[in-house]
Amino acid sequence: MNEEANNKKDNFIESLFEEYKPIKDNLIQMLNEVQEHYGYIPKDAQKALSEFLDIPMAEIYGVVTFYSRFTLKPKGKYNISVCLGTACYVKGSQKIMDRLKDRLQIEPGETTQDGLFSIEKTRCVGACGLAPVFTVNGEVYGKATVKKLDEVLDGILNKENS
Amino acid sequence: MKSLQEIHELREEKRKELDLRVNTKADTREKHILVCHGTGCTSSKSPQILESFRKILKERNITNVRVIKTGCFGLCAKGPIVIIRPEDTFYSLVTPDDCEEIIEKHIINGERVERLLCKDIDGKLVNSLDELNFYKKQKRIALKNCGVVNPEEIDEYIAFDGYKALEKVLKEMSQDGVIDVIKESGLRGRGGAGFPTGKKWELTKASEGEQKYVVCNADEGDPGAFMDRSILEGDPHSVLEAMMIAGYAIGANKGYIYVRAEYPIAVQRLKIAINQARDYGILGENVFDTDFSFDVEIRLGAGAFVCGEETALLESIEGKRGQPRVKPPYPAQSGLWGKPTLINNVETYANIAQIILNGAKWYSSIGTESSKGTKVFALGGNVNNIGLVEVPMGTTLREIIYDIGGGIPNGREFKAAQTGGPSGGCIPKEHLDTPIDYESLKEIGSMMGSGGLIVMDDTKCMVCLAKFYLEFTVSESCGKCTPCRIGTKRMLEILERLCNGEGEELDIYKLEKLAVNIQESSICGLGQSAPNPVISTLKYFREEFRQHAIQKECRTLECKAMAKITIDEEKCKGCGLCQKHCPVNAIDGIGRDKRIINQEKCIKCGTCISTCPFHAIGN
Repeated sequence: MNEEANNKKDNFIESLFEEYKPIKDNLIQMLNEVQEHYGYIPKDAQKALSEFLDIPMAEIYGVVTFYSRFTLKPKGKYNISVCLGTACYVKGSQKIMDRLKDRLQIEPGETTQDGLFSIEKTRCVGACGLAPVFTVNGEVYGKATVKKLDEVLDGILNKENS
Repeated sequence: MKSLQEIHELREEKRKELDLRVNTKADTREKHILVCHGTGCTSSKSPQILESFRKILKERNITNVRVIKTGCFGLCAKGPIVIIRPEDTFYSLVTPDDCEEIIEKHIINGERVERLLCKDIDGKLVNSLDELNFYKKQKRIALKNCGVVNPEEIDEYIAFDGYKALEKVLKEMSQDGVIDVIKESGLRGRGGAGFPTGKKWELTKASEGEQKYVVCNADEGDPGAFMDRSILEGDPHSVLEAMMIAGYAIGANKGYIYVRAEYPIAVQRLKIAINQARDYGILGENVFDTDFSFDVEIRLGAGAFVCGEETALLESIEGKRGQPRVKPPYPAQSGLWGKPTLINNVETYANIAQIILNGAKWYSSIGTESSKGTKVFALGGNVNNIGLVEVPMGTTLREIIYDIGGGIPNGREFKAAQTGGPSGGCIPKEHLDTPIDYESLKEIGSMMGSGGLIVMDDTKCMVCLAKFYLEFTVSESCGKCTPCRIGTKRMLEILERLCNGEGEELDIYKLEKLAVNIQESSICGLGQSAPNPVISTLKYFREEFRQHAIQKECRTLECKAMAKITIDEEKCKGCGLCQKHCPVNAIDGIGRDKRIINQEKCIKCGTCISTCPFHAIGN
């Protein structure tokens, strides 16, 4: 990570310290903000929180790894999330996930070597009327098929390669 | 700050202004264009539709038409939905490009835009919401305001009797009086277990302690259930009002709403609602000039299914890993930070104000002997009208799936319905006529759960479904107790073997034995109910398990290791349609040749089967 990004991080964490009181209950709320801001929970942020809230690093690590929303590694430029809620599953979302894994050669929770893609499974984005659903950086693609996924992936690859 | 007098005046004035929302004969020259802003419609561009309407109205200088964002109308499959009041015209599958035509034709010329009207399952064109079969058998109590009011405007909530129940409780009723009404109403917890709500309130009130808490469980983790989210998105004030009523009844002055961070719209609207209620002096010190004070805070979850379990939820609010506590003591005695705590689910709260206003008798007249009132179901899967439905307890599955849901699409057969999510079970055809309530569902091996109702057609493999739920439980087990952590993993391994064609007959016996052990020895509800999807599918679809284990056969396409898709040479006419649609180019042949599937390339997605006009392709 370059220096500029490091400076930014410090500022963000400091701004959190102004917003929140140093009580232990705030840990998850603050981690949520860190995750939202960076797309993952950097180790430095864990250290800073550990000092601020007076919670051992090990305990913070325990909380971070317990909740699926928190990740320890940065996500890809394009984070693709396939809904594996029951409504989507029944409508064939597993096929979408299988195809995605096959094409990108990574498992859910991983990021491709070039940092371009990461994949995730979610349980219900709430758009059951559009099942099966996948999202790319939060944008919802409904009534998905393997073909539609291929088109979206090819579109991104074309854009990135040109 | 608003005085009680000001709130009364506001209610009266606003109610007149909004009469057109509920009365098709309202005396007004105004029109309201309601645009659904639930998560489903928002994902398919409803915010752009809203903007587009506003822009056109401004350009054309039309001033007697207002564009309103509302919560979910329920019929998500037809979204984005636009309704025009007072005439109650229902437009479905609207796109931002349609707005111009709606304004031109409907608003200016007074004609309906026929092509955007919704077609019912019987093919009939419907004009209004009430004409749809989807709505005819529903009774809306918890969802009463969803799709009627703008959830971001407290005035609209107040107009439709909002905070009137709170006033009644604070001014006219004793704490015990409130608890008695809730007890008499027969309301039971809508989060899954069905514990009598009034009883819970009574126990929490009876617990000793200066500080008590009211908690709203909005950690709706059951995949496929989205009623709590819709209530928070469509009518957040109803939950706040109920939490305050509960706070008064049990003697608490502080509330927490624990909501999934994955529900950004719900969180946003809750924040707006809390701020507005604070501005009006409804939340805060000395509510309505009484000595009752109450405030609410939001706590975000971070994606752990087990946090829907009440004690795990409390741990999470305290900022820790969401691992369940051993009960007793129950939260009513020792909850948040060891203080007596009342936890109810969103849908439960959404009923409270209505019960206070309309009386316990009214509420208990709806439903069955043991289960009163209504239940909201999230209807999904292989059913035509996917969406949110609220029906009286005692409605049969057949009525929900066929009359309201419009039956199974693509001419397929009904195979099973799943209720209760990962803690529930599958209900086969022979039980379609069971009137749904807490007890009847338990008797047939399922449970009410939070209200997900997933319909499956005959293309679904029940062994795979059991595996799907076990995968879920394995990844969501918190790891605290051994039966759940290790037992469910072993069950999943057996199911994986069966689906891969590597199982044996003994596996079925092992599954059953493990299931009972896990049920009996897990600490919390997650583990105790984790084997349910396996037990119920084994009970009703045992033959299918045996086919997997003994013949190594799966009649559906889902178990890919056992599937082999082939083209019947006799029936193939060489049209090439399958080839055109195959996503992996696994079909060979040119011109009018009979097509052949290259088994090495085939990913068994089944696209060719559904596209072949001659039914020549099969497993």
